[in-house]
Amino acid sequence: MINKSIKELSRMLRSGQVSSLELAQEYLKRIDKLNPEINAFVTVDPELTLSQAKHADILISKGHQNPLTGIPIAQKDIFVAKGWKTTCGSKMLENFIGPYDAGVIEKFDNAGAVNLGKTNMDEFAMGSSNETSYFGKVKNPWDRDRVPGGSSGGSAAAVAARLCVAATGTDTGGSIRQPASLCGLSGLKPTYGTVSRYGMIAFASSLDQAGPMARSCEDMALMMNVMGGFDERDSTSLNRPVEDYSRDLNKPLQGLRIGLPKEYFGEGLDTGVDQVIQQSISEFRKLGAEFVDISLPNTKLSIPVYYVLAPAEASSNLSRFDGVRYGYRAPEYNDLIDMYCKTRAQGFGAEVKRRILIGTYVLSAGYYDAYYLKAQQIRRLIAQDFINAFEECDIILGPTAPSTAFKTGEKADDPVAMYLQDIYTIAVNLAGLPGMSIPAGFAGNLPVGLQIIGNYFDESRMLNVGHAYQQVTDWHSRMPEGI
Amino acid sequence: MQWEVVIGLETHTQLKTKSKIFSGASTAFGAEPNTQACEVSIALPGVLPVLNKEAVKCAIKFALAVDAEIAPRSIFARKNYFYPDLPKGYQISQYELPVVSKGTLRIQVADYEKTINITRAHLEEDAGKSLHETHEGMSGIDLNRAGTPLLEIVTEPDMRSAAEAVAYAKKLHELVQWIGICDGNMQEGSFRCDVNVSVRPKGTEKLGTRREIKNLNSFKYMQQAIEFETQWQIETLEDGGTIHQATVLFNPDTGETRAMRSKEEANDYRYFPDPDLLPLVITDKEIEIARSEMPELPEEMKTRFERSYHLSPYDAASLTSSRSVADYFLTTVDGCGGEPKLAANWVMGSVAAKLNEEGKSIGDSPVSPLQLAGLLKRIIDNTLSSKMAKEVFDGMWSGEGDADSIIEKRGLKQVTDIGAIEAIIDEVLAANAPMVGEWKAGKEKAFNALVGQAMKASKGKANPTQVNEILKKKLSAS
Amino acid sequence: MSLSSSDVKRIAHLARIEVSDEEVEETLKKLSGILGLIEQMQAVDTTGIAPMSHSQEVNQRLREDVVTKTNQRELFQSLAPSVEDGLYLVPKVIE
Repeated sequence: MINKSIKELSRMLRSGQVSSLELAQEYLKRIDKLNPEINAFVTVDPELTLSQAKHADILISKGHQNPLTGIPIAQKDIFVAKGWKTTCGSKMLENFIGPYDAGVIEKFDNAGAVNLGKTNMDEFAMGSSNETSYFGKVKNPWDRDRVPGGSSGGSAAAVAARLCVAATGTDTGGSIRQPASLCGLSGLKPTYGTVSRYGMIAFASSLDQAGPMARSCEDMALMMNVMGGFDERDSTSLNRPVEDYSRDLNKPLQGLRIGLPKEYFGEGLDTGVDQVIQQSISEFRKLGAEFVDISLPNTKLSIPVYYVLAPAEASSNLSRFDGVRYGYRAPEYNDLIDMYCKTRAQGFGAEVKRRILIGTYVLSAGYYDAYYLKAQQIRRLIAQDFINAFEECDIILGPTAPSTAFKTGEKADDPVAMYLQDIYTIAVNLAGLPGMSIPAGFAGNLPVGLQIIGNYFDESRMLNVGHAYQQVTDWHSRMPEGI
Repeated sequence: MQWEVVIGLETHTQLKTKSKIFSGASTAFGAEPNTQACEVSIALPGVLPVLNKEAVKCAIKFALAVDAEIAPRSIFARKNYFYPDLPKGYQISQYELPVVSKGTLRIQVADYEKTINITRAHLEEDAGKSLHETHEGMSGIDLNRAGTPLLEIVTEPDMRSAAEAVAYAKKLHELVQWIGICDGNMQEGSFRCDVNVSVRPKGTEKLGTRREIKNLNSFKYMQQAIEFETQWQIETLEDGGTIHQATVLFNPDTGETRAMRSKEEANDYRYFPDPDLLPLVITDKEIEIARSEMPELPEEMKTRFERSYHLSPYDAASLTSSRSVADYFLTTVDGCGGEPKLAANWVMGSVAAKLNEEGKSIGDSPVSPLQLAGLLKRIIDNTLSSKMAKEVFDGMWSGEGDADSIIEKRGLKQVTDIGAIEAIIDEVLAANAPMVGEWKAGKEKAFNALVGQAMKASKGKANPTQVNEILKKKLSAS
Repeated sequence: MSLSSSDVKRIAHLARIEVSDEEVEETLKKLSGILGLIEQMQAVDTTGIAPMSHSQEVNQRLREDVVTKTNQRELFQSLAPSVEDGLYLVPKVIE
């Protein structure tokens, strides 16, 4: 049962072979057993889950079935969900019960999907290892001494350990793709503006984008059909015609021009990872794709640009956590300013505070032009690199992360080393393009992710490319041991 | 040394929208605390702003009213600072590219006119309110006002006296109400002024260090605050002191200004473009729609009154001093069948005098413009002499009803029948032979006495013009 | 542009985050490392390049001026650390 695709489960639900309630109970049982070790979920609420499952069964019995109806999924704890504790991985929101539903939550609810719980994450989505969560580290199901990646590490570990069928993630600089790579699953960050940001707790507003994390591209397409679409409550949400992301899944890849950016295969790339990517290139060649060498010359600059823009936006976005209207308030203080300073010093973890300080600094008087404005200018150069590249190719292929999952604690004390994890993923966010990671093999028994970058709004084609690959390989259906 | 004061104003004008600038919460005044504070108003995690169309239209209308430039593309920015009534920890405002820039407003000060330059006007959100008196040692925060749309209107430092500053503020206050973008209610905080004041030796160019008087919500206080602040700055400088840039508050009880403690530290607002909002683009079409909804502006109306109604510049200015006066006047003119001069005399004469006497504004006048028009009609058709009209007007003011019913009730119909007037005059001439003799001897006064007798004999109802004419004719013929 | 301890304190105060004297040095070290990374940008000539705030060239959408929100004070204030008489309470604000 735990290896069935969404499509298969949906068919079984329709035929009555299994009920949504039974599915939910099965997964809750697995969470009960495995989560104490993996720590993928921060909140599980069987009562809420089972009532959703019962509701889904009613919908199915009445014939109101969407492909996601009755399917047990998990939500990253960055989405505010009514009645659910919503912590964003922070002590600041330890006791925050969502008073409203995020756009994404609403869409899954309307589709009749069943929420198994809220998944662990780096605090306020700031991290690449899930070590910054106030609620403890998440273990990589493939090797429990290693990190699952981040910030959507809880969702990644949950899907990898088969604690849910699929999950949501958010990606500001690689937070869906990198954990998907490190945990051996498929993850898609759509074009900026495709999925509503309403109710998704903001890290860096101009870069944040939610997307699906699942075992296969086929499952992701079904997730996207629910998640995607216009939301009038988000000014940056794009009002485009509704799309069926499954429509191109089975198109042949004959004649597809795949670009290989030379900057993604140079210094810093782990040889084991490189080998796996090279093998996948031969698979694509067999599928009829053609390869072109391309260049994204400003790739290296994406990290400094990101570490100006994202902290700047974050420093402002996180100002609302001041201990006045909700969330943590320090127990003791002398006056108002002291209340603010202590609340925020105690409520935020070290990495979040670092980024707030960096962001505050780069925006402060006298530095704005040298940092923020400069970063926005280089951001345009980086986006232009992709525009130029897509003149020569249809999609871009490369590694998702420079290495496989690293050991817990290995980079925890070195923020700069941690930031370099995102070297291949960040530029996509800066440009607002869609990016995807799919499992492509193993290096030293650890999963390796293959990144596929598409042009704006080209998600269907990317899913098509991924699906074609997953039809001829089985990396995506491999399972870690002991789960 | 002779000193010169230099004044610039920043006015926060609450825009007359139903909902907030970035959310669908109500902007109605006076609700229970925090009952109009929706998830966006209280900045719950995850919420996002979407801009109110009407707020944008208000900004366009203002630009049209002060002949300003409307930015085809303007940007919302975040102004970052921590304050309990600022829920997000930043205010959404406009910084580098405001929606309105480079306007002018012409003001009348005592016996001269002056043009004040408006640097810019930008859209932003209001903060909530901190209540300091309700809880011991604590402040209570009410976020009903948080997110109310504001148009912040900033002038050049063009004013040179408290009188000019007040004249500008009053003119602006009337204008924003005139074009319907602000209710102008100063008690409720709909129109609040920050005044930047500095002094410099007369004849010098360089601006002195300014201090900003915050949140003045009455013209009287504005006058007092500027006068006190100016005097304080001059005395400080004359005593050898220096002025430090500061934000000050005016205390109406003492009539003094003092620096705010909470604003001591230098502010570093870390402005940057709000990534949650996209560029505000205003097209020519949107401007034309707003223009088509604009009322005739006071200056245009004043010119029209002078040209088409042949009113004096003074009268035309008085009648366009506020929307309510202009509306009253125009309704009167229409209602009486178009005698603008007569209507102007009455509105600025008897009506204004009564209102002044009773301390009322024109909106509270017991005589409606249509009732006044009813009275004027009876003057125009000679039913009433001007003296009788005054009597009827007093009756109307005290609530006796319309002009016609008072005329009927009091039997005040003027006698205009020539035969009847001739009969009265014949009687008067017969009874006052000595006076007729005096007139014939050249005493002009005797004529007036005879008119008086005739009016008395008619119990005041004879038309005085006709009495004059007929009497003159008869005397000359005799 | 190197950072000093007093810069750290100034920024921390602007951001309303208490940093104890013991933490200043460690914070300074970490922030300096990140700023070192950021400095790479300065080598790029960006003359004449328009800053990019959003990835899509889209204009702000406007909403109709209608009241859509109802009073949810009770629900929202159930999340607050300190509330009385419908007001959020904070240590006294001194003006």
